[in-house]
Amino acid sequence: MAAAPTTGVSMGEALNRALRDALAHDSDVLVYGEDVGPLGGVFRVTDGLTAEFGQERVFDSPLAEAGIVGTAIGMAMYGLRPVVELQFDAFAYPAFEQVVSHLAKMRNRTRGAVSLPVVLRVPYGGGIGGVEHHSDSSEAYYTHTPGLRVVTPGTPADAYSMLREAVECDDPVVFLEPKRRYWSRQEVELPVRTEPMAMPVVRRPGTDATLVTYGPMVETALEAAETAAAEGRSLEVVDVRQLAPLDDGVVTASVRRTGRAVVLHEASVFGGYGAELAARIGERCFHYLEAPVLRVGGLDVPYPPPKLEHHHLPDADRVLAAVDRLQWESAWVDDGEGGLPRP
Amino acid sequence: MKHTDERPSAPALPTREPVRLVDRHGRRVGHSSFTAPDPARLVELHRAMLIGRRFNQQAGTLARQGRLAVYPSSTGQEAAQVGGVLALSDRDWLFPTYRDSVALVAHGVDPVQTLTLFRGDWHCGYDPHRYRCAPQCTPLATNASHAVGLTYAARRKGRDVAALAMMGDGATSEGDAHEAYNFAAVWNTPVVFLVQNNHWAISVPLRQQTAAPTLAHKAVGYGMKGYHVDGNDAAAVHAVVSHALAEARAGGGPALVEAVTYRVDAHTNADAPQRYRDPAEVEHWKERDPLIRSERLIRDEGLIGDAEETERVLAAFGAEADGIADTVRERLAGEDELDPRSLFTDVYATVPPLLEQERAALADELREV
Ligand SMILES: Cc1ncc(C[n+]2csc(CCOP(=O)(O)OP(=O)(O)O)c2C)c(N)n1
Repeated sequence: MAAAPTTGVSMGEALNRALRDALAHDSDVLVYGEDVGPLGGVFRVTDGLTAEFGQERVFDSPLAEAGIVGTAIGMAMYGLRPVVELQFDAFAYPAFEQVVSHLAKMRNRTRGAVSLPVVLRVPYGGGIGGVEHHSDSSEAYYTHTPGLRVVTPGTPADAYSMLREAVECDDPVVFLEPKRRYWSRQEVELPVRTEPMAMPVVRRPGTDATLVTYGPMVETALEAAETAAAEGRSLEVVDVRQLAPLDDGVVTASVRRTGRAVVLHEASVFGGYGAELAARIGERCFHYLEAPVLRVGGLDVPYPPPKLEHHHLPDADRVLAAVDRLQWESAWVDDGEGGLPRP
Repeated sequence: MKHTDERPSAPALPTREPVRLVDRHGRRVGHSSFTAPDPARLVELHRAMLIGRRFNQQAGTLARQGRLAVYPSSTGQEAAQVGGVLALSDRDWLFPTYRDSVALVAHGVDPVQTLTLFRGDWHCGYDPHRYRCAPQCTPLATNASHAVGLTYAARRKGRDVAALAMMGDGATSEGDAHEAYNFAAVWNTPVVFLVQNNHWAISVPLRQQTAAPTLAHKAVGYGMKGYHVDGNDAAAVHAVVSHALAEARAGGGPALVEAVTYRVDAHTNADAPQRYRDPAEVEHWKERDPLIRSERLIRDEGLIGDAEETERVLAAFGAEADGIADTVRERLAGEDELDPRSLFTDVYATVPPLLEQERAALADELREV
């Protein structure tokens, strides 16, 4: 397993720098939310921004998520580009109506007359020992809503580049920040521009099977691929990045090359975003597949308490166990349950 | 930032007796704080209400005939809508609900485009920027925070823009109303929340909606001024909203205006009000019709001129209102050509690959038909 880098830029720092550069670049950009001002946000992503840009541009709002998103909508209608922080995944839920009924639909309702360049930054996912309501993987709630761009970075470089692009984007963007990766580091020179966020990228090339993943699980997938390589199996890792709208070309091209796929996310498997990926791969790569597409994700239970969360969160071992089940021996076993040997 | 415990002083409580400047017989009522608009404005309010009344009637007919998918009538509420909207300057924005078609027409939105939503052609028929008017909002109270954000943005850009955010009595129970009031007050944005208390939220009466003495009282807890107004008195609504807008513009903070009125018609043409309310109550309110009183005022005080001139001008207003209603009917007579491929164009700024595929698939289906 590759040792995690201890130097370079952390994802939190990259996001901070992206906000700083966006604020400096465009006076219509402003940042607000709960505790994002002098405190710098509970994860310090907005650290120092109020000091640098003043209370006019970076400030604490009343504690009211629907109001935060609703006012951002009104601001965007009049030409500002608000970047708002919703403190935690589960605390974005009070804003859900504003997101689904207004933010996502305004362009469409007005036949393009009103666009809403709003970024909702949402720290999401678990793995940080948070008590309940602090660890949800809420992406599928958003990806099921046409009109929203839903993106999530898996590396510090992407965190910087995708946040800059999100702020510049004329669509509303739900920017999901994998909070357990805020402290992950990468050697990278900022500012940096990576591939456009709408494009999935191959994080690690491989030939035997494809791991399709995003956000917090990119690191996990890379770790699994590293281990598999040592055991003689070459795994390709595809980072989806923009979950919706999905441009599936890179994903399907990879699976057609490798013939096998495991879809990986932290969220519960049932009805999760992985179901969409798996279905799409099934539809578009059927004749290339050597095995059914498998999904690896969290358990189908409410997010567990901190002392049990490691049972819920997929790790490299769980990914590798799924890879092992990809029918490497061509003999097809009819076990009465779809032909897959049991794990 | 230095923290202080200094708190603003509490705004005065709204009066239990609604502000009224013209009573139901068309007689002026003196008021200590507000004066009625000048005669020309009073006549203008009447004209706009007449147009609104005929518009409501026409839209109701079109809905009964199945030519609109649905129509939420505001018959009886014309004074509240027109009185509020005519107080806006030509820079100000309106944030209306489904109930407020008459307000849109008074605000200058094309009457036919106002009905696009209810005709089922599209969700919003007009360009919000052109008319400074947000799309008519159906999720209750969710439009209110948009008004706060927009006026905040306008101030940041150095423009003097206020907004009128409209909602019903039922909508004031929603969390979004609370959040919008609070944001507006804390940010001191120039928004006037105009609550049309028409006594019913579909079938639920006001007393099951709130225990507040008046809806205007709700303002006080936010540090905002609340005004309780006779909503069937266009003069009073206009005077109070004008005052509240002027104060808000000058930095005096947002305000909540409760216009007490009544929904004379059903909630929509699909509703069955006999199931939940006493027809006698409707009759009681019909006697308080906003148009009766404004017309009496105009005649009794000769606001237009002598009797002959008055008749001539009032008849001309009637003809104008009929003409608008007729035009609406004519322009809605045919079916507009709706291109199903337009479903895909304005979901995102550019059409993403998946939607491009779906658009092509739909085009194939269309060719096969
Ligand atoms: C959030 C939300 N909940 C429920 C509804 C369904 N609904 C539409 S109108 C209405 C009653 C609203 O009453 P009120 O706010 O008093 O306005 P009015 O219709 O009387 O003008 C309800 C419950 C809705 N549109 N939005």
